[in-house]
Amino acid sequence: MTTEGQAPDPEKEKRKIKSVKKMKEIMTNYYIEAKSAEQTGKKVAWITSGGPVEPLIVMDIIPVYPENHGAMIGASKMGVDLCEKSEQMGYSRDLCSYARSDIACAPVNGGPIGGLPRPDMLVCCNNICGTVLKWYEVQARYFNVPLFILDTPFCHTEFSDEARKYVRKQVDEYIEFLEMVCGKKCDFDRMAEVGKLSVRGQRLWQEVLDTAAHKPAPMSAFDAFFHLALIVTLRGTQTVIDYYTGLLEEMRERITSGISAVPDEKYRLLWDNLPVWYKTKWLSEKFAAHDACLVADTYTSAWCGSLKYIDENDFLGTMAEGYSRIYLNIGVDEMAETVIEMVDKYDADGVVMHSNRSCKPYSLGQYDIQRIVQEKREIPTLMIEADMVDERSFSESQIETRIDAFMEVLKAR
Amino acid sequence: MVTLGIDVGSITAKAALVKDGKLLSTAVIVTGYNSKNAGEAVFEKILSEAGVNRAEIKGIVATGYGRNSVSFAGKSITEITCHAAGAHFLNPAVRSVIDIGGQDSKAIVMDEAGKVKDFAMNDKCAAGTGRFLEVMARALEVDINDFGSMSLKADNPAKISSLCTVFAESEVISLIAKGEKRKNIIAGIHESIGSRVAAMAGRLGLTSPVMMTGGVAKNIGVVKALEGKTGKSIEVSDMAQLTGAIGAALIAMTL
Ligand code: SF4
Repeated sequence: MTTEGQAPDPEKEKRKIKSVKKMKEIMTNYYIEAKSAEQTGKKVAWITSGGPVEPLIVMDIIPVYPENHGAMIGASKMGVDLCEKSEQMGYSRDLCSYARSDIACAPVNGGPIGGLPRPDMLVCCNNICGTVLKWYEVQARYFNVPLFILDTPFCHTEFSDEARKYVRKQVDEYIEFLEMVCGKKCDFDRMAEVGKLSVRGQRLWQEVLDTAAHKPAPMSAFDAFFHLALIVTLRGTQTVIDYYTGLLEEMRERITSGISAVPDEKYRLLWDNLPVWYKTKWLSEKFAAHDACLVADTYTSAWCGSLKYIDENDFLGTMAEGYSRIYLNIGVDEMAETVIEMVDKYDADGVVMHSNRSCKPYSLGQYDIQRIVQEKREIPTLMIEADMVDERSFSESQIETRIDAFMEVLKAR
Repeated sequence: MVTLGIDVGSITAKAALVKDGKLLSTAVIVTGYNSKNAGEAVFEKILSEAGVNRAEIKGIVATGYGRNSVSFAGKSITEITCHAAGAHFLNPAVRSVIDIGGQDSKAIVMDEAGKVKDFAMNDKCAAGTGRFLEVMARALEVDINDFGSMSLKADNPAKISSLCTVFAESEVISLIAKGEKRKNIIAGIHESIGSRVAAMAGRLGLTSPVMMTGGVAKNIGVVKALEGKTGKSIEVSDMAQLTGAIGAALIAMTL
């Protein structure tokens, strides 16, 4: 089937976010630069999505994110093939599908961009999960490169002074590690600058997400899933600030001219957990067909959620706390609190929870969070079982029934 | 006014005709390979059996997993909403429904008007569904309709611990090989379904009176196991299998 020669639907065109084109350019350039690092003599570090990237930027090291790569693998529907490969290599199907697909990619340069550039070092922060520890150990052995592990204690209810000192000390060790690998000293003035840029970037990202509090929402969580890539990968650079400034402007214009993400928004929903990367289009159309917009999500807001702990004038001194108290490293009660705050802020009519077979730290407390939200806000919640990359864990007809039934409940209220 | 509800499940297709709020007629056929044809076939069947003309029917709602393949329906509504409406029709006092269907099981809590307040569905595994029982019946070479009565005679139900249908099947096969009595194995199978579904229903919090709907409700062994695991008495209507179709026909009246 060809769509050539057909005039694009003006309704749909109007709703398209114009910044997308720029974003694609930035990401393409970023990956080209990373992939040609060997020729340009730049160093490449692989880093976990929640890891402190700012020191890498200061040291002129290109940060590369296996998890962002995992998302691209999922979105291009290459996940099953790579997951199966890793299972043939001996990894369990219970292992996170980001880890499985990345491990399988490395030896064959597979995936949508022909594999990630070879790393010179690995930086692993366990503030998101324990899986990354073993995953990065495997890759450090495979590429035979040094690995730095930043250990952030789990913040059950608070962040103790001991924890602060413990993580702060590791930040120093982290910088020493980078100095050793790069054979040059860290420029602490530049560190302060990058820290400021990082905070500004996070603030802007929060402002972009906040525009969805407007009724109707100018963007949906599905848009946020796409635009997220920059705050993850290029945090601490001017590029992020310029891009999100433009995006924020576009969102404000959309509000002024009444352009909404979903044509006839009647129901506003909150999404919890990672996206189902290979089904974002299907899910967004499914919800839109019910006049429902996923106006916000706990996932994309995790990249600005701990801003309150960071002092932009003392980034190095406060990042220990900022990086420790992120959404996946706090107790269930506090997670539920965050969800409830979001329900209120975005005036959500219901919550959709993706019980993600891959991501245990994200999915573990969901039944409790569901119960707490139902008790405190008396809004319906829906649980769907899936996986962010491994399509074998997605049953379309069952999930369709659940969404339809959930929407019937919402509409009957 | 006459309305029709069509419930195309993964194992059987059901139809119900309702006239002015009263049940006129029902029909059941085996779904088979093509769910689209099954919808048509059960429609034809109920029309001829009830002696009703197509033109008399003022509204059609389709439900069940094949609901979107019923092209002649005016609207498709999920099983969850339809079972709640159907159960409310069969007994207005009912506040919770457990439906074990061919490919999934669900627990529903509703208000006094039969409106869904909350629901839960099993995860995508076949264990705890009608399909699970079918697989087991095949392994045991027992007619599935005899499962209920046989399990009541069990003296020492076998323990089936696997959460997965395929593993449970091999567990059953090894029990057969060990010479375990069929009735005890069947009772064990019912217990295992009971635990699964009760865990799901427990998460939701069942409110009495509880009604079990769907084809599996005909199996007294499963009902008893569920009563044991949930600690609640469970009523079953003669129309259990038709609940979804009846609910769909009733909803068609309101559209
Ligand atoms: S388990 Fe979750 S947090 Fe950890 S790498 Fe996988 S998706 Fe990320």
